[in-house]
Amino acid sequence: MLQFDRRLLENFEWVLLGLVLLLAGLGILNLYSASSSSTQGGSPVWIRQLYWAGLGLGVLLVTAAVDYRWLDRAAWLFYGVAVVMLVLVLVMGATASGAQRWIDLGFTRFQPSELSKLAVITALAHYCSRRRYPTGMGLKELWGPGLLVLVPFLLIVDQPDLGTALHLSMACGTVFLYLRIRRPVFWGLVGVGVFVLPFGWAVLHDYQRRRILTFLDPERDPLGSGYHIIQSKIAVGSGQFWGKGFLKGTQSQLRFLPEQHTDFAFSVFAEEWGFIGSAALLVLFFLFFYFALRILGRSKDRFGQLLGMGLIGLIFWQFFINVGMVTGLMPVVGLPLPFISYGGTSLVTIFMSVGLLLNIGMRRYLFQTGAPVASNFPG
Amino acid sequence: MIGRPNPFSEEEDDLRGRHVYLASALVVLVSLLILRMWYLQVVQGDELRTLSESNRTRVQDMTPVRGQITDRNGVVLANNIPTYELLVVPADVPDPKQLAGQLAFYLNRPYNDILKALETARPQFRNQPVHLLAGLSRAELVTLETHRYELPGIVLDVEPRRQYLHDGLASHIIGYLGQVNEKQLKQDEYREHRMGDLAGQTGVERGWEAELHGKRGRRLVEVDAAGRLLKVLGESPPEHGYNLELTLDARLQRLCQQALGAQAGAVVVLDPSNGEVLALASMPTFSQMEFINGISDQRWKDLQKDPLHPMENRAVTGRYPPGSTFKIVTATAALEEGVVGLRDLVTCSGGFEFGNRVFHCWNAYGHGGVNMHRAIKESCDIYFYEMGLRVGVDRLSDYARAFGLGQKAGLGLPNEREGLFPTKAWKQRVFKSPWRAGETLSVAIGQGYIQTTPLQMAQVTAVAANGGTLYQSHLVRRITDSEGRVVREYGPEVVRNLNLKPETVDAIRQGLSAVINEPGGTAPVARLDSVLVAGKTGTAQVVGLGRDRIRLHPNWWQYKDHAWFVAFAPVKDPKIAVAVVIEHGGHGGSAAAPIAREVIRAFFDPTIDNIRPSPLPKPNPVQDEED
Repeated sequence: MLQFDRRLLENFEWVLLGLVLLLAGLGILNLYSASSSSTQGGSPVWIRQLYWAGLGLGVLLVTAAVDYRWLDRAAWLFYGVAVVMLVLVLVMGATASGAQRWIDLGFTRFQPSELSKLAVITALAHYCSRRRYPTGMGLKELWGPGLLVLVPFLLIVDQPDLGTALHLSMACGTVFLYLRIRRPVFWGLVGVGVFVLPFGWAVLHDYQRRRILTFLDPERDPLGSGYHIIQSKIAVGSGQFWGKGFLKGTQSQLRFLPEQHTDFAFSVFAEEWGFIGSAALLVLFFLFFYFALRILGRSKDRFGQLLGMGLIGLIFWQFFINVGMVTGLMPVVGLPLPFISYGGTSLVTIFMSVGLLLNIGMRRYLFQTGAPVASNFPG
Repeated sequence: MIGRPNPFSEEEDDLRGRHVYLASALVVLVSLLILRMWYLQVVQGDELRTLSESNRTRVQDMTPVRGQITDRNGVVLANNIPTYELLVVPADVPDPKQLAGQLAFYLNRPYNDILKALETARPQFRNQPVHLLAGLSRAELVTLETHRYELPGIVLDVEPRRQYLHDGLASHIIGYLGQVNEKQLKQDEYREHRMGDLAGQTGVERGWEAELHGKRGRRLVEVDAAGRLLKVLGESPPEHGYNLELTLDARLQRLCQQALGAQAGAVVVLDPSNGEVLALASMPTFSQMEFINGISDQRWKDLQKDPLHPMENRAVTGRYPPGSTFKIVTATAALEEGVVGLRDLVTCSGGFEFGNRVFHCWNAYGHGGVNMHRAIKESCDIYFYEMGLRVGVDRLSDYARAFGLGQKAGLGLPNEREGLFPTKAWKQRVFKSPWRAGETLSVAIGQGYIQTTPLQMAQVTAVAANGGTLYQSHLVRRITDSEGRVVREYGPEVVRNLNLKPETVDAIRQGLSAVINEPGGTAPVARLDSVLVAGKTGTAQVVGLGRDRIRLHPNWWQYKDHAWFVAFAPVKDPKIAVAVVIEHGGHGGSAAAPIAREVIRAFFDPTIDNIRPSPLPKPNPVQDEED
């Protein structure tokens, strides 16, 4: 490992790293605007985000450097630790606004559901990489990995942190779709889902139901989450085609927007940069996912591919849900926008995931025989 | 280049082709987001841009309509009328000092008060108007409307305001509203309230605040540059408070207050068959509207300092020794415990030597040999001293508690008092000295440590009237929602059944009837031709000054005894139980009994709607008659 292999650099996906740095840079620029009206003490949010990005970059390089296949070997250990921590949270977790999500370590509070997402993805990749599904997954193939996801899922739902639980299940669902689910089984599952929906509704907490109802009809609660949606839509729409200009967004500068440097950071961006800017940002995101997918297409390591798809799933759904929420397409779930929203843990986690993706890309030669294999991916 | 064969094993590469599939899905999903952006920013852009300019959304509170309070017959005691209010959006005020100056001039109100209110206004949301002044007159409204464009940030609104239709009637029971204070805001009961809200501060308004208040509504509106409403963007409507139907009879309540007139005292009227409070008068009373209109600090201090304490609800907070009215309890205890027979005689010589002291009967000449019936009728103290000794203070205390003394009646009004009934243990605990047998004598005739509220004595009377059942006294009959649906109903609720022997019940009733209707009784003044009334007089000693010293005291009336009268009617199947106390009224038979008589007469004759106020006590401190 320590001896330098030239192919490591040859296969390094520089474009992906470039996209990541660009996105993070735009995020910091946007935070500069979002927090310029803020009078909070301490160093400004964008400076802090800059520190976090620096730390994230370091984490990214380390993650990319160390061969990722040790994760394959430690997958079950990770998984076990994650499940134990989730149980601990339920038993002795600190309660914040009615939900137990943290373990109090004395000096800091630790939120295991973030880390458990990575652990579950790793275990799922480990499990499925040992099996082949030439005709796609049927019920017989699905129940094993399904159970593997279901246990942490239920523990997170119980905290209750429905947003994280859904996020995790969507990422795992993406891995299953990647492996292909047989068509009748897929539609059967969809049917069961529709059937089970009313029961799910019954076990939801009041505030969760309210959020969904408010999403369906924001005018129901113009001052709770409906207020967020309405103000965010006003901010986004008022940007019009060309935007109001950097630092000129009235919604954000006058602080009508709630949580404008975290969950609603994108509406600040959209207000100031208009359709032209936000469409460009969305295209950047598209390119990021595209190049990430391309790494998987070129990789020959099944574990690496499945792990990579899980990570892409995590980042993609976080992206999709956040933009959907800010533009009023989805309920207010409280997932930050990758790279753009303020939040140290989230940013470092995402940089770590990107590091792993780069890692998978760098080491594809390990599975090659002789002549380099050309792309298995369009473009 | 999709589907390039795997160099190792072609048929095993189940992931091949999946990347294109997922990339296509990616294109679709991101396009969806871009389309959404197009829709919001280009299609709806103009409209949303207008909304965002100088952000024209406002958050408005929608005050819930407070529940109405009516009497048992539907007479409205408290409702709401629309009034004009001045609100202000602090973010829109460029210079609070200037605005305060303008408002002070136009409305002729103190500049400092307005400025303070302006500077302390803290809305929950940006651009949310907060209350500044309530209850504007029409003239003030017109002035403000005229100068509206010179007064940036002000909002005029119609708000429901509390109105007490019979101001001063049952003020203590109904209570009044005041701004909710910081201490209250921290309590769970007031979780629906915010700074600046009105909340019940006393009486039923306070006790049933949660039911009456309702739930605030909110709406998000679009306004023009002048702050006028253009469009409602969304709203959650307010939930109106529940209506209360009281057990009170407004007419009877008014007559009770009238009968008390200028005297400090209380009248409590109960329905002995279910515990409903038909009237609960405490005089002097106060004006509730004074509080609604914004009472001045000076006026409030005056009310607090008034020697007659008009704010105090004497019927539940006033504590008086019950005097001879307590003999009802002593007699019941003696008969139930079998320490005396109905025919047994006790000789009254006018004095009772006990230890090294002589305890007197009010009749210094003595009653001679008295039995239970005569003892009640003539209120012979010696007889009841003897009964007190035979029963003992602790057993007497058990009976007193069974009758509801020494504990809150639980009407739900604030500041209700428990009163006190002493026991040996209590004396030891509080005074660190043993009970002296002589104290039992005082207690047996309702003097000494005993303290009771008029409501408690009305309950004792009701128990004697209905033959031994203590009902939960209650003020509210029914709670209905704004649509008139019944939310809660309060029927008769038995607190305790004393399981009295029929002979006991009968003997007490006969004795109490004789007090009024037989020659030699202490209260012939309470007799009515229309209905047979039973009752008992009482005189509560205020301080143990000798008669001569009272007479010489410059404020003699402060030391004059409190006058009691309790009564029920008709003797058979009673419909009403009454307790009257007149502070420093002197003798119960002359000061309190006429009031009870008039109240009972009015109860049975619905055509009566006026009672001549009973005269103030004559400036004659000497009490020649006792009871």
